[in-house]
Amino acid sequence: MTYIPISPNERDAMLKEVGVKSLDDLFDAVPKKHRFPELDLPRALTEMEAAALLGEMATTNENVHDHLVSFLGAGAYHHYIPSVVDHMLRRGEFYTAYTPYQPEISQGTLQAIFEYQSLMTHLTGMEVSNASHYDGATAAAEAVNLAYAQFRGKRRKIVLSPSLHPQYREVIRTYTQGLDLEKAGDGELADLEAGPEALTSLVDSNTMLVIIQYPDFFGRIYDYTKLIEDAHAKGSLVCIVANPTALVMLKTPAEMGADIVVGEAQPLGIPLWFGGPYLGFFTTKKSYVHKMAGRLIGETVDNRGQRSYVLTLTAREQHIKRERATSNICSNQGLLALASAVYMSTLGKTGLQQVANLCYQKAHYAASELSKIDGFGLCFTDPFFHEFALCCPRPASEVNEYLLEHGILGGYDLGQDYPSLANHLLVAVTEMNSKQEIDTLVEVLKEME
Amino acid sequence: MSTPSTSLTATIVEPTIFELSSPGRLGVTMPASDVPTVDLPPRDLLRSELPLPELAEVDVVRHYTRLSKFNYSVDDGFYPLGSCTMKYNPKINEDTCRLPGFLYTHPLQPIETVQGNLVLMFELQEWLKEISGFAGVTLQPAAGAHGEFTGVLMMAAYHKSRGDSKRTRMLIPDAAHGTNPASAGMLGMSVVTIPSDERGNVDLKALEAACDDTVVGMMLTNPNTLGMFDEHIEKVVKLVKDCGGLMYGDGANLNALLGIVRPGDLGFDVMHFNLHKTFSVPHGGGGPGSGPVGVSKRLLDFLPSPLVGIVEEADGDMAPLYGFITPEQSIGRMKAFHGHFGGGLVRAYTYIAMHGPDGLKDIAQYAVLNANYLQAKLRGTYTIPYDRICMHEFVAEGQFAGSDVRALDIAKRLMDYKFHPPTNYFPLIVHEALMIEPTETENKDTLDRFADALIKIAEEARTQPELLHTAPHTTPFGRMDEVKAARELVLCCWLPEGYDSEK
Repeated sequence: MTYIPISPNERDAMLKEVGVKSLDDLFDAVPKKHRFPELDLPRALTEMEAAALLGEMATTNENVHDHLVSFLGAGAYHHYIPSVVDHMLRRGEFYTAYTPYQPEISQGTLQAIFEYQSLMTHLTGMEVSNASHYDGATAAAEAVNLAYAQFRGKRRKIVLSPSLHPQYREVIRTYTQGLDLEKAGDGELADLEAGPEALTSLVDSNTMLVIIQYPDFFGRIYDYTKLIEDAHAKGSLVCIVANPTALVMLKTPAEMGADIVVGEAQPLGIPLWFGGPYLGFFTTKKSYVHKMAGRLIGETVDNRGQRSYVLTLTAREQHIKRERATSNICSNQGLLALASAVYMSTLGKTGLQQVANLCYQKAHYAASELSKIDGFGLCFTDPFFHEFALCCPRPASEVNEYLLEHGILGGYDLGQDYPSLANHLLVAVTEMNSKQEIDTLVEVLKEME
Repeated sequence: MSTPSTSLTATIVEPTIFELSSPGRLGVTMPASDVPTVDLPPRDLLRSELPLPELAEVDVVRHYTRLSKFNYSVDDGFYPLGSCTMKYNPKINEDTCRLPGFLYTHPLQPIETVQGNLVLMFELQEWLKEISGFAGVTLQPAAGAHGEFTGVLMMAAYHKSRGDSKRTRMLIPDAAHGTNPASAGMLGMSVVTIPSDERGNVDLKALEAACDDTVVGMMLTNPNTLGMFDEHIEKVVKLVKDCGGLMYGDGANLNALLGIVRPGDLGFDVMHFNLHKTFSVPHGGGGPGSGPVGVSKRLLDFLPSPLVGIVEEADGDMAPLYGFITPEQSIGRMKAFHGHFGGGLVRAYTYIAMHGPDGLKDIAQYAVLNANYLQAKLRGTYTIPYDRICMHEFVAEGQFAGSDVRALDIAKRLMDYKFHPPTNYFPLIVHEALMIEPTETENKDTLDRFADALIKIAEEARTQPELLHTAPHTTPFGRMDEVKAARELVLCCWLPEGYDSEK
């Protein structure tokens, strides 16, 4: 009866009003032989016991705050989150509200997400942002759905960069099982050193979408302007999967001509949380807004002449259009969109630039020091942001095991996804890594036999 | 950039974060760099401007605090939004999900370093299997609709694996949530709508006529969105299975069934859970949710990858080692990493741990009692089109003979009585529907006050209809011009014109 505020007397009065004798009598419609199963679950814990149990489970982990020095990124990044972010998220007015279907009493959520849309629009340089997706990978998959709808299924090929996050490519494949699409670009023989223009030759008159990552999975920064021009010449759309921290510093995807810019906004104030919940962002040009999935908040006025906000273009959505909807999305990541809005507002233009610069500087210091060690070297020579592929003298898995013995999460073992890179670690460095930590990593690796 | 027209004429109650910006203002400052400085990338790779706000921390806190006060929430009061299960969200969950051991673990850490997370996920899989009667559970889907898509992908993969390529039709009752047909539509299936009978059950004759060897399966919400438990559920399941179809259960309404009946026992093959409804994960103003999916034995091999399993059995004093496993014919990965671990799974785990088998049954029993109590109080004032013992919710008609008051007016007027309105205009098969789900976490006084308000509003509908047409009156905002929003499509705001960030 933990959270049920009804006394036995009240219960009896209510049963009487309903006209049944007992609670069990409410379930006569349920087939008798399956009614009231004995569930084999642990006995109920009190709050005190539950707090202790969960505390114990949590401390079984080694975490990157108390135990491990982390150089692991690969799509999830350890950044500093200002205290104010969680203080705002913990307001019950925000986190215990539902999707803002009743705008008169939901202006808090609506304006906050409208501001989130605006922040993402300006960060990417695009024209519109929706109210979020489940994560970066599913946002990328929804870009495919947008392109499919845009060409009404008449173009059926997508070109995937081999340096797009492997899990994103997997999710795109799962999502598009029913669409009978041709996929090109990321086969096992793909040349990982060829620049983005290598994809151009794969784009043809059947291609609906090219998906590239910026910085790419290996941290490299490319100017995709030429590739995008060539893809447009063939009539294809182009989607850039971008890291929002990098966007603070780098040329915007909009300036390169991208049609859709999506990505994982976890770096903007959302904890690592063992992989979720995170925040997928989705921005595009205004001309594609009717084909875009997800919720959308627009400005309007109320009947008192006050500026206000509502869910808009809902006619695209599942509860109106049912099987003809642009997607089945209902819940998205509202509270985390708020988290990233508070994060971006608190750091502001200057703080965000400081974070991006610290990531860039520290990553370059680490890359420079690591590549001085005998047997180690940078895999690629292209400019990079805060992540780079490090060539090691032994399989990356062994290097990681060795580093873990020294309390270091080494990096992502690229051999898991790219057989030709079995000796390569993907190393991420953020503002959380001190010079001393980087120096320790270097010292420890120097002593590796 | 142009400034939206509305800003020039409308009263601004709370400026946007962009309008509050002032050049040079700082919130949180980051430490200076402790490494030697290197050159930035070439200039042509850098952005030229960053038109984002500049504020002090106090500005940010006051802005979002003011905004929060424009929201109505479960913490504010009664929120009987049908099919959304707006129950109270226990505060302890907010603490457990933020334990540093959960908050600061990276999804790609070696499994040996995250056994706490993996044990939690493994046990939650086992608990959800036990609660629902299924053979396997994936925790990966991010929300209910995402779970539905996962389920439909598995159904398609199952038929495909048997070389059964004729199956392209999904049977969906007219009372279904819109996500069901949308999920089937995502795989290009054709949707066959099955009507409900006069008692709110699936119309068996129509179902029988629709069942043939082209049926993928049926997506059924039970209890359905009328709050009715299907009185012929076993016949429904049998009809679908006899024609080779699979039964999908929409678990949005599972709150009514905890400890009452297990969908797996009834013959369902696949069902999504909404941890943000049934298991008290807060709705967050529209997410994040969490939508694990349970499956029967014949769909086990198709579950998305990866699942959490035991990768090394216990040995003497050594605990088993938990890790990730990929089912043989997996449909693949539904999202990056492993699901909504922190915000979804930890909270749901805490909640189930604090309830145990009897506590879970209490939840369903009192959710159903509260709904029936409200239904009884309102019967006589409002038409209840499907009037029998309901489950966790019921649907009333928000209209009165000889009155032009509509469900929308009643919903808006309820705000003046400090209640969140019920879901309205859904399900589509009830005219002017008011779909009411009180949940188990409301006391009798609240239910009485809510019933009184609705009865008072019915009287107002007769005596002062204009009061309802123009409601709400006591909220910080009135009714919105939704046509204007869709026509002008202002989806973004900017720094004020002439803002000079270099100042």
